[in-house]
Amino acid sequence: MNFLLSKMGLYAVAGWAVITLNFLIPRLMPGDPASALFARFKGKLKPDAMEALRQQLGLNDAPLLKQYWDYIAQLAQGEFGLSIAFHPEPVLGVIKIGFIWTVGLSGVAVLISVVVGTGLGAYAAWRQGGRFDAIVPPAVAFLAAFPYFFLAMILLFFLGLEWGLFPLGMAYGPYSAPGFNGGFIYDLVSHGFLPCLTIVLASLSGWLFVMRNTMIGVMGDEYVCLAHAKGLSRRRIFVAYAMRNALLPSLTSFGMALGFIVSGALLTEVVFSYPGLGYLLLKAILSQDYPLMQGIFLMITLSVLLANILVDALYYVLDPRTRGGR
Amino acid sequence: MKAFWSNRKARLGSLLVGGLILVALIGVVLYDANMANAEAGPILAAPDSTFWFGTNMQGKDVFIQTLYGAAPTIFYSLLIGAGVTFLSILFGVTAGFFGGRVDLFLNLFINIFLLIPSLPLLIVLAAVFQQHSDTISGPLIIAIVLIGTGWAWGARVLRSQAMTLSRRPFIEAARLSGDGSMTVIFYHLVPNMASLIGTSFIGATTFAVGAQVGLEFLGFGDPSNVTWGTNLYWATQNQALLTGAWWTFLPTGLGIAFFAFGLVLMTFALDEITNPSLATRRHFKASTGQQPDLDTAVVHSMPPKDVDFATAEGET
Repeated sequence: MNFLLSKMGLYAVAGWAVITLNFLIPRLMPGDPASALFARFKGKLKPDAMEALRQQLGLNDAPLLKQYWDYIAQLAQGEFGLSIAFHPEPVLGVIKIGFIWTVGLSGVAVLISVVVGTGLGAYAAWRQGGRFDAIVPPAVAFLAAFPYFFLAMILLFFLGLEWGLFPLGMAYGPYSAPGFNGGFIYDLVSHGFLPCLTIVLASLSGWLFVMRNTMIGVMGDEYVCLAHAKGLSRRRIFVAYAMRNALLPSLTSFGMALGFIVSGALLTEVVFSYPGLGYLLLKAILSQDYPLMQGIFLMITLSVLLANILVDALYYVLDPRTRGGR
Repeated sequence: MKAFWSNRKARLGSLLVGGLILVALIGVVLYDANMANAEAGPILAAPDSTFWFGTNMQGKDVFIQTLYGAAPTIFYSLLIGAGVTFLSILFGVTAGFFGGRVDLFLNLFINIFLLIPSLPLLIVLAAVFQQHSDTISGPLIIAIVLIGTGWAWGARVLRSQAMTLSRRPFIEAARLSGDGSMTVIFYHLVPNMASLIGTSFIGATTFAVGAQVGLEFLGFGDPSNVTWGTNLYWATQNQALLTGAWWTFLPTGLGIAFFAFGLVLMTFALDEITNPSLATRRHFKASTGQQPDLDTAVVHSMPPKDVDFATAEGET
């Protein structure tokens, strides 16, 4: 129980830190960037939107603590301010749809990447020093050196444009109506394939090396030695003894990896014009839509925290040592 | 250093990184900003004997842009890498050395920074900082923001190493002989973590290349500067993917990829030298002949488990 409690404590503090950071960043910068931002939109927005922006950037005379309290109260009501790029729309409304696309795309990609990467890593450890181990891990590391968006550009260029195997962007075609039918699902998969492949290829390396290196460590443990001495087959020792125990460290590195992968996924979306949060983020940057940026920042960060909580809950179930209350 | 050179990954990695640094230097020596921005030829010419890498939408020579753009990207990556490593040492080693309440607080701080996805935070920070763009130049903003957010990973690794080392007799001895905390940290602890700090520096530089180029790709750089990041920014702005102008993004992208790959190879090599069991066996055999003289303290601090395993595995 201690494990779970301390973890939850960490997440609570992290969540609070993120929310507070979001409040402080526009207010604590030197030389009042908030009013510079504000001045830039004068005349372009309706008065009520200007008032909302003024509040959000902290350009009122209320004491900081009062502003902070109002900000928290607004967040609690799901009030993220008004978007500038999509003018009268509230930020939350703009983010909602993009959020679903991003979670769907990154979720599927991360799952595939974890399973494939861990599998490859385990196999490389099993064949340590063999041809597979000599070729696959360096190749995967090479792919990981590509920035996500560059890998995305290459895949889009060759598989999409030159060979015409896949559509050139967006989440589904202009002629298919969203619905639960074969045609639309096919459309969805063919549009999602390249972005997903990009994220998987670029993120494989982490899982592969954690798994390979932990496996190699575990194979030297006493209980594996004992299993060898008992005369168990190498395959059995590998799968039932070493792999099961080596899987846990992969799970612990999941949290940190997720942040990196999500960052990469956002850039990938930009290349594929995939209508997720990454694409919205680009729009927000181009039109200097600060409230939208903040909304996306909060949404992504809080979801990553949530994903971490879920993984830790899983860890708690899988690893009996975390439950060891004496 | 001998152990480092006898490792194939280390050699290839250093060659890649060194080669690209050389390319960057050549680019700066041969060309200047005016030449890189000059409209040298026809629009979107495919690579030929005059324009080796073709020209872009503005008729600029992609070969010159690739060579000239290498220097700022590589230079800032190394600078950011150094800054990130400095903060990692500061936070990580302090936490590990002092332990107790200091560690509790700093470790919480480190863990929170590790949890926050970097890119959205970078964007929010860069957007606010950009309002200063008259006083601070684009690349510098990116550098400040990246140094401020990138240190947590290294701090975590250095912290655990500092924790193990500070319980060792030689640190105890230094403390008992009356050295102050700062002296112990900087004269006894940090020098013994050299190889790990090296790894952190390489890792931080890798992070810096990717994040810096990513931010510039999104338009946070100064678009009139020629860097690897802005090259890719302009390639997408000009719809290189739809016009089929692969030569406008491929050379720059591959330059970034090879630089980052070279750095990753060097990290692997350092990992294998400090923990020989990780090597593919060929390397392992090659490096058993000599004691790694990189940093004996770190080698001795490896858990005995790995050492046993290395010998056991070598026999089978």
